[in-house]
Amino acid sequence: MTMQSSPKTSRVDFNTPAMQRHRAVRHFKDHLTRWYVAVGGLGVIAAVLLIFLYLLSEVLPLFGGADIEQQERYSTPWLDVADPPLMLAMEEQGEVAIRVSESGQVTFFKTADGKLISEQSLPIPEGVTVSSFSVESPNTRRFAVGLSNGQVIIGKHNYKVTYPNDVRLITPELKFPYGAEPLILDKQGRALEHVAMSGNDSGLTLAANVGRELLVTSISRQENMMTGEVTTSQSELTLNPAQGEVDNILIDPLRQWMYVVNGGQYVDVLSLRARGELNGHYKVVAAKDATVTASNLMLGGISLIIGDSQGGLQQWFMVRGNGKPALTPVRSFDQQAGEAIQLIQPEERRKVFLTTDADGYLGIYNSTAHNNLLVEPLDKQPIRSFAIGPRADHLLVEHDNGELSYWNVDNEHPEISWSSLWGKVWYESYPEPDYVWQSTSATSESEPKLSLAPLTFGTLKAAFYAMILATPIAIAAAVYTAYFMAPGMRRKVKPIIELMEALPTVILGFLAGLWLAPLLEDNLPGIVSLLVLLPVVFISVAYLWSRMPERVRLTVPDGWEAAILIPVTMLLGWACFESSVYIEAWFFGGDMRVYLTRDLGIDFDQRNSLVVGLAMGFAVIPTIFSIAEDAVFSVPRHLTQGSLALGATPWQTMSRVVILTASPGIFSAVMIGMGRAVGETMIVLMATGNTPIMDWNIFEGMRTLSANIAVEMPESEVGSTHYRVLFLAALVLLSFTFLMNTAAELIRQRLRKKYASL
Amino acid sequence: MKQSNFTTWFKTGSPWVWMNAGAVAIAVIMTLGLLFLIAVRGLSHFWPADLMEAEYTIPGQPTITLIGEVTTREQVPTERLKGAGLPVDPEKSEFMERELLKVGNRDLYGADFRWIVADWLTDERYPEDIIAIERREWGNFYGYLLSVNQDGKVVEGEQARQTLEAAVERAESIYAEIRALETGDIGKINSELERLRLRERGYELDNALTADREAQIEAERAVQNAQYAELEAKLVNLYTAFNRDSLMARAMDGQEKRISLSTVVRVFRPNAMGITDKVGHYFAKLWEFVSDEPREANTEGGVFPAIFGTVMMVLLMSIIVTPFGVLAAVYLREYAKQGVVTRIIRIAVNNLAGVPSIVYGVFGLGFFIYFLGGNIDQLFFPESLPAPTLGTGGLLWASLTLALLTVPVVIVATEEGLTRIPRSLREGSLALGATKAETLWKVILPMSSPAMMTGLILAVARAAGEVAPLMLVGVVKLAPTLPLNGNYPYLHLDQKFMHLGFHIYDVGFQSPNVEAARPLVYATALLLVGVIASLNFAAVAIRNHLREKYKALEN
Repeated sequence: MTMQSSPKTSRVDFNTPAMQRHRAVRHFKDHLTRWYVAVGGLGVIAAVLLIFLYLLSEVLPLFGGADIEQQERYSTPWLDVADPPLMLAMEEQGEVAIRVSESGQVTFFKTADGKLISEQSLPIPEGVTVSSFSVESPNTRRFAVGLSNGQVIIGKHNYKVTYPNDVRLITPELKFPYGAEPLILDKQGRALEHVAMSGNDSGLTLAANVGRELLVTSISRQENMMTGEVTTSQSELTLNPAQGEVDNILIDPLRQWMYVVNGGQYVDVLSLRARGELNGHYKVVAAKDATVTASNLMLGGISLIIGDSQGGLQQWFMVRGNGKPALTPVRSFDQQAGEAIQLIQPEERRKVFLTTDADGYLGIYNSTAHNNLLVEPLDKQPIRSFAIGPRADHLLVEHDNGELSYWNVDNEHPEISWSSLWGKVWYESYPEPDYVWQSTSATSESEPKLSLAPLTFGTLKAAFYAMILATPIAIAAAVYTAYFMAPGMRRKVKPIIELMEALPTVILGFLAGLWLAPLLEDNLPGIVSLLVLLPVVFISVAYLWSRMPERVRLTVPDGWEAAILIPVTMLLGWACFESSVYIEAWFFGGDMRVYLTRDLGIDFDQRNSLVVGLAMGFAVIPTIFSIAEDAVFSVPRHLTQGSLALGATPWQTMSRVVILTASPGIFSAVMIGMGRAVGETMIVLMATGNTPIMDWNIFEGMRTLSANIAVEMPESEVGSTHYRVLFLAALVLLSFTFLMNTAAELIRQRLRKKYASL
Repeated sequence: MKQSNFTTWFKTGSPWVWMNAGAVAIAVIMTLGLLFLIAVRGLSHFWPADLMEAEYTIPGQPTITLIGEVTTREQVPTERLKGAGLPVDPEKSEFMERELLKVGNRDLYGADFRWIVADWLTDERYPEDIIAIERREWGNFYGYLLSVNQDGKVVEGEQARQTLEAAVERAESIYAEIRALETGDIGKINSELERLRLRERGYELDNALTADREAQIEAERAVQNAQYAELEAKLVNLYTAFNRDSLMARAMDGQEKRISLSTVVRVFRPNAMGITDKVGHYFAKLWEFVSDEPREANTEGGVFPAIFGTVMMVLLMSIIVTPFGVLAAVYLREYAKQGVVTRIIRIAVNNLAGVPSIVYGVFGLGFFIYFLGGNIDQLFFPESLPAPTLGTGGLLWASLTLALLTVPVVIVATEEGLTRIPRSLREGSLALGATKAETLWKVILPMSSPAMMTGLILAVARAAGEVAPLMLVGVVKLAPTLPLNGNYPYLHLDQKFMHLGFHIYDVGFQSPNVEAARPLVYATALLLVGVIASLNFAAVAIRNHLREKYKALEN
């Protein structure tokens, strides 16, 4: 063998310009790849952060409170400072406002600069003055003017919107829905000190007082269906005089209750449906020396807001408890404590009221959420009057010196506070505080009931029942598969479990709802007995098997026990279902469902928690199984072999060595399973009735956060409170699973290190 | 003696092992049982069951004749039947048999199904003359054929049947022609007209609508309208021909019903069919199921648009998810220093995998659709506003959302593949002077491609079965056209689409006629499970193959 080396080794020049260029390109490509790949990797973190931050950004405005910002402040020539306002109000767009003054002058003007649009006087008879005034409720735009001759004029401001030349033109007008002729309330012609009205299509109720004497008149209108002729009839109620000096009179829109604020501290409630019978004489101010300084009804007219001379605000409404309804204090607000409350104005479309006090501060409150959104000074002096626009986006204020100011209001989500989301809330017309989720309501007058508590409860309930079923089965199966099972069988079982994991939950949900739920309902005793009998039968079969002659036992190799149990389980299942009808007939009078409801008082829904537990358990088992199996399987062999060598039985080795070592892994498996059960949507959506109730009863359904999102999100208006609350629900789900998964992953990372050191 | 035997046996811990074995047995039975259930219910739907005719007498009421297909039989405690208001005597027998009879003829009786007590049925028979008519509306009709009105000629008796066969075939071919015309040519004209409208509006918005342009658009519009008028005339002719024939049939209670052949899909006589005919019918129905469009609020017909929508969505998703997932895995395994950053990334990956799917839906709706889509519409499609183009749920956003959802699957699988590539290969490549990037592109990625494939297949399987997020980002119960068709721009990323999983939810739970729709839901479920299971098995097979390959390399 000779080495054949060429004497003339051709030297390659690596430094030609071409090669240098080539190297530079390669170097550049290398760098580019490095960056490109790093961006990809960090993109994962970015994605998680983006999801979290985006959800948060949608949710945060919910908790923002309110903001006001002054746009204009001006004085106008037409406004007479000596003629104080009775009412200020704005139309829908907040562009045109109305001012009614004590002399009976009605002025429409532009809110932006105070430019006069039109002016007219109320049809007050000669020699008569305005002695009282009240606004029916902001959304009817009607008001009543009580006169010094015992008569009442009812007016209504109305706005026509037209688009000449594609420009919006708002034309205001003053109407008299009950005629321009004053209605006679006091036949003796005395001055009405306070007046109140409430009317609808079928009639009108007017109330007023002269001293302590209360006058109530109902005018009913009936339209003849055939001729269209309208007939009115007037009837008067005779009432007992008020118990103290009358401060205010209010009538609710249903014309059921009349509230007479009197004696500085009291409210008399009279039932208009029971011919003015006195319901009660309630003390509405807690402090001894405080007096009522302002009172008004909220939107819908159910709640009464009382403001006192010490700046306290209370919400009261009639609560129908066990006995007769009684005026009950519901909430109080003390954010403006110190100065007397002067004016209380409800918003037109939400349960929000605005107050001003003697210091010129404005307060914005939401009753349902027990939420103070804003307390800010409007002026240094007390203000004379103010109006909030129908859309609650503009505020018009008349200051003490006769100047007007126009404000922008940003108060998008007053209904949400920590207590309205998670606490018990006393809703109007409810007998007691409760957790309620009811996002859609018939009218805007009812409160949005957005308590996440029942949904969270439902989520946890569903997850709980699923985990109760899934955890033991999954862990036991994982332990057996990883440790006892013969490799041949393991190769067959694992793909089956993987397939189980891959089954779409929509299919599980559909089967649960349409197949399992009716099946369960019909065979309830069978299912219950199956659940109870399974462990018993497993042990008996095992015992019998151990008693079998060796010849038989050896036919099944070690680690194939599960294969024997498969037909046993199937047989038992069949037997239980077959005997179900008989059990039902013999023990439960033919119908277990009826028995449960009638004899035990347990409500039964067809789509209940048991169905969800079974179906979702099915979905969770493979998740827990694969991670737990992995943990058990990777326990180092020398640990188990050491234990067995020391004379421990396989089960002792399992329970004292393997499970202990693998326990963090098993724990993290359970947590990930829990995370999956909490977030699962389709199964709960399809297998429960989706009623938001709070009850641990296994035979009743629930509504979960996730199913709720799936049902309500498509119909939710973008940017609305409801929309954001659904985002909050998603954020709650995300945070919950984030905690679960992060904890599980940290545990697993530690475990991996531990195994590595073993 | 036996007692102590049991105690010692118990102490060995053997019962616990058996209990664990039992858990495996339960899990296996649950899975296989469920698959079996879906398979049986799904596949039996297409079989033409015999139609029973019988006399039915509820005690105290006149006897009626029933024709129908028995779908379920069950034992019910007599007590419960009594509770339902039937004149039964619980003393006599504790249980009674109850049958669910599909009587069809929804237009005549209001419901397709009727519960009957088996004991009260007499004179059950299976006459060969009973025909079943599948219709485009009102579900099936069961009864006797009386006559056929063909082109004004009334044919009765034995001849009627043959005439009917030919007439149905003729109607069917006309129907195909009409469909082709409506969806094909007329659809094209409509989409052209819409594009013209948008072009005009676009010019208007830019203040660039000159008289020239207007005239040009008007001219093009006139061409399209002329074509449309022509096609419409053709269509009217076709419809006249289509509605020409009809048949008379007698229902089980003697009512005679005229059925226009334009509403008939298929006429057959199940009782007269032999096994070969039935098998043929079975496969015809099966083919109809996978290739046809749904009818009757999705409760009949096929699921082709849903299959197509699912496939399109999954394809788009794969295109998006693969590069992203692979990059992340490569970074984790090849580039990043194992430390805090990789730990955080792993936590992030696990979180992405664990985030409830509905949260992705909410994110997709808020971020992709309203935020991104809304802004894109403002910028690029102002001419069609206020109708949103990308600012509403659609194929693109659904694919993106699901891509986000399945990224962890691809990452985990690819990383596993990368781990399995022996170090020696990397070192060899580097030793030969390749840069890291070259090693990556030329050695590592090709070798780990099967792992990526596995990841992708698993991701596709996951995406195909996911419904909750899709409900928020663009799936509809009935899409008028496929997202890929012959009209410009051919692939409609902004279009809403149908999806198999959502189809199951919608038909099973939102349909007005759940009982009638149920078999179809089982069939759809079977189809979905089949697709997903085969994808999974493919992934497993590739993974196993891969493991073998690298084992060989390592030695």
